[in-house]
Amino acid sequence: MINTEVDFAGIKMKNPVTVASGTFGYGREFSEFIDLNKLGAIITKGTFLKPKLGNKPARVCETAAGMLNSIGLQNPGIEYFRDNDLPWLRQFDTKIILNVGASCLEEYVEVCKIANTLDIDGVELNLSCPNVKAGCMACGTSYEGVKDVTAAVRKVLDKPLIVKLTPNVTDIAMIARGAEDAGADAISAINTLLAMKIDIEKRRPVLANNTGGLSGPAIKPVAVRMVYQIANAVKIPVMGLGGIMNGDDAIEFMLAGAKAISIGAGNFIDPTASIKTIEGIENYMQRHNINDINSIVGAVQMN
Amino acid sequence: MAIVEKVELVKKEQIKSDIYKYSVKSDKMANQAKPGQFLEIRVTDSIEPFLRRPISIHNVKKDEGIIEFIFQVKGKGTELLSERKEGELIDIIGPLGEGTFNTNGYEKIAIIGGGIGIFPLYELAKQVKESGKTVNMYLGFRNKDFVILENEYKEVANNFTLATDDGSYGENGFAINFLKDDISKNPVDCIYACGPLPMLKAVQALAKEKNIPCQLSLEERMGCGMGVCIGCAVKYKTETEDTFKRVCREGPVFDANIVEI
Repeated sequence: MINTEVDFAGIKMKNPVTVASGTFGYGREFSEFIDLNKLGAIITKGTFLKPKLGNKPARVCETAAGMLNSIGLQNPGIEYFRDNDLPWLRQFDTKIILNVGASCLEEYVEVCKIANTLDIDGVELNLSCPNVKAGCMACGTSYEGVKDVTAAVRKVLDKPLIVKLTPNVTDIAMIARGAEDAGADAISAINTLLAMKIDIEKRRPVLANNTGGLSGPAIKPVAVRMVYQIANAVKIPVMGLGGIMNGDDAIEFMLAGAKAISIGAGNFIDPTASIKTIEGIENYMQRHNINDINSIVGAVQMN
Repeated sequence: MAIVEKVELVKKEQIKSDIYKYSVKSDKMANQAKPGQFLEIRVTDSIEPFLRRPISIHNVKKDEGIIEFIFQVKGKGTELLSERKEGELIDIIGPLGEGTFNTNGYEKIAIIGGGIGIFPLYELAKQVKESGKTVNMYLGFRNKDFVILENEYKEVANNFTLATDDGSYGENGFAINFLKDDISKNPVDCIYACGPLPMLKAVQALAKEKNIPCQLSLEERMGCGMGVCIGCAVKYKTETEDTFKRVCREGPVFDANIVEI
């Protein structure tokens, strides 16, 4: 009997596989394709205090082994989530983590005050969306910024607090320490890489917003490196994501130091990718006689 | 409910140098497919090209469990798809899109399509004509070299007009001009359109002017095609709502009075 259960910052997940914010909606669409009960956790679409319209189209385009998006965090707001999506999600035997977005520190606090009253298992703070102009980018790109927001939220949130970091920084390990020092329970990394694609016939960027976030297998090596750096800089657990498509990718992140992982853009091309990843992890464990998945977390041996 | 399935390519026809008609076998998909819906097709097992390709359903043969779709080779994704052989399996999600062509209560309809935008209109015309109602069809193409599937579409229409922009085949001019003339004399209950954006805008304006219900099938760059990425947004405005809707989920067919294109 193998054990795939992980205790991620107090969230007891039946396996380390979660689905990343913004790639799974609030779960309804993909419940047509997979059994949500099998997932370690569902991380919701980034949710704000009030409904948010999002950016003008074109919002997505394909790139080599990946894609760009500039959705602009279109979402129905936390009250709609509370009244409509959360009761529906709660019928499933999986953990629910609410991804919270905001455009300023005060708004993060307001959303998290409400989140603290909800029947959810944790909060993931999105300090890292590259696509919102009025957003709190500065909140996520410096040690002080991350520390200040995390500390302010910590005061109003008793539930497990995960801080999601942007890779668009010079030293992500230092940024992660900002979250840890302010009382975060976990880190998730990475969000998308700021990128641009130009239509050479029109001599214009393909995305209406000009720039967008790069995701998919193209960013996986960058993500693995950053997860390794973060895991070696902080004591709190790390949720690894960035281009994970299958069990082998997931194992790579776990060896680098991730205690849990998320499937992101992989959901877009295969709605069953998360389930296949769970199976792939179990398969790897059997092949390598691993009884407990926790034993491989950070087990990479550096050259 | 959409399903993800590896389905057999049972028939492959090259209908122009760069346009292919594929017939795939899936009882489950054929059983539930509605006019206006589309498929998300994975063109490779590898990660490059990364995204699936959204392609509209052309024809459904429920008895045989066959779905037909037609695509033009435009880039490396569709090129890879065009290299598939009969007997091979293709990874498809479908049928997708909850916004489908709605014909309830209409006895006489007009269907207008342009270029490769005509493909989602076939199943609609077929079903409406089979139910004994009247289909007036208007198809527009750039010139005679672009004309495609004339006979197939003629069969599913009661009245059929084919026009080319330069008059090199069929009637001379834009298809919408013939639609406009006809509905001034003989009104229809609803107009259905799919094609290039300028044509859709003109149809939308015409329908508003004449106060005729109108449904547009839209195209937008898609990420997932299943509603989760919210990439394929279209502006949607009513008295109570001013928002973006998903072309892949609430669409691809929208009420022309509400959607902003």
